[in-house]
Amino acid sequence: MIGRILPHPLLTLTLVVVWQMLVNYVSLGTLVFGLILGIVIPLITAPYWPDRPRLKNPAMIVEFILVVLWDIVVANIVVAKTILFTRNTAMHPAWVSIPLDLRTPEAITVLAGTITMTPGTVSSDVAADGRSLLVHCLDAPDPDAVRDEIKQRYERRLKEIFE
Amino acid sequence: MSTDMALWQEIVLAVFLVTAGIFGLVGSFGLIKLPDPMTRLHAPTKATTLGVGGVLIASMLYFFFAKGHLSFHELMITLFLFLTAPITAHFLAKANLHTNVARDEVPPPTGDRPWAGFESDEARRIAEEQASKGA
Repeated sequence: MIGRILPHPLLTLTLVVVWQMLVNYVSLGTLVFGLILGIVIPLITAPYWPDRPRLKNPAMIVEFILVVLWDIVVANIVVAKTILFTRNTAMHPAWVSIPLDLRTPEAITVLAGTITMTPGTVSSDVAADGRSLLVHCLDAPDPDAVRDEIKQRYERRLKEIFE
Repeated sequence: MSTDMALWQEIVLAVFLVTAGIFGLVGSFGLIKLPDPMTRLHAPTKATTLGVGGVLIASMLYFFFAKGHLSFHELMITLFLFLTAPITAHFLAKANLHTNVARDEVPPPTGDRPWAGFESDEARRIAEEQASKGA
């Protein structure tokens, strides 16, 4: 019964919280309207996510976000140094092919987005069978190290969250 | 700027704003300095993370210090940036792959099928037919 009214409780919760943040203050009125949105939107959009993934390990999401934020700060400084102090001829831009253990499309999307948002790497293409990611590195003297770091730091955690 | 902030609060805000400005500037400089389209693509992903992030943290702190309430719009801006920035970067990278990069310039994927951008429509149709037969 509760499943029919709230087919996607996490989406409902997200919508309510996002609505509060957009309005930027909490009152009974905004809470009620947020709840209406949170109930109606999942019902209307249900046909668009027939095979949505289940989150296996939600606690891991917090760890993942903290790791990514930290890496963004560190990588920003590294890339700033590369831009300012490395001559173009001394840089080693490289393409890296990353074999994927993830199979969930949503998890691969999050991984690709994470790779792009951490400065120094941009995910450029995915294999037609969805089993590898093509990543471009700004300055990677050792492309294998980049591949191992992405698999170890991000993919391992995403696998625990999604699969 | 409002006068009801303590000096240390203004200094904290200034540090965040100046740091953000420096990273934004370095990102823009990279856009000029880097040699080819793929390396130039790295510059804007920098500017949108620490550059914009610093300004947003400063904005949240300003509303907390000066007006005494928490502002959540900045978190929303962060969320929307993190949703949209990788997609534009991906579009630009794919357009560049299509027009400027040959198939043998990039390392091959591990599976049998090529990168999605390099697979011809005909090869895709055959591969998908085979996949649906196997399933």
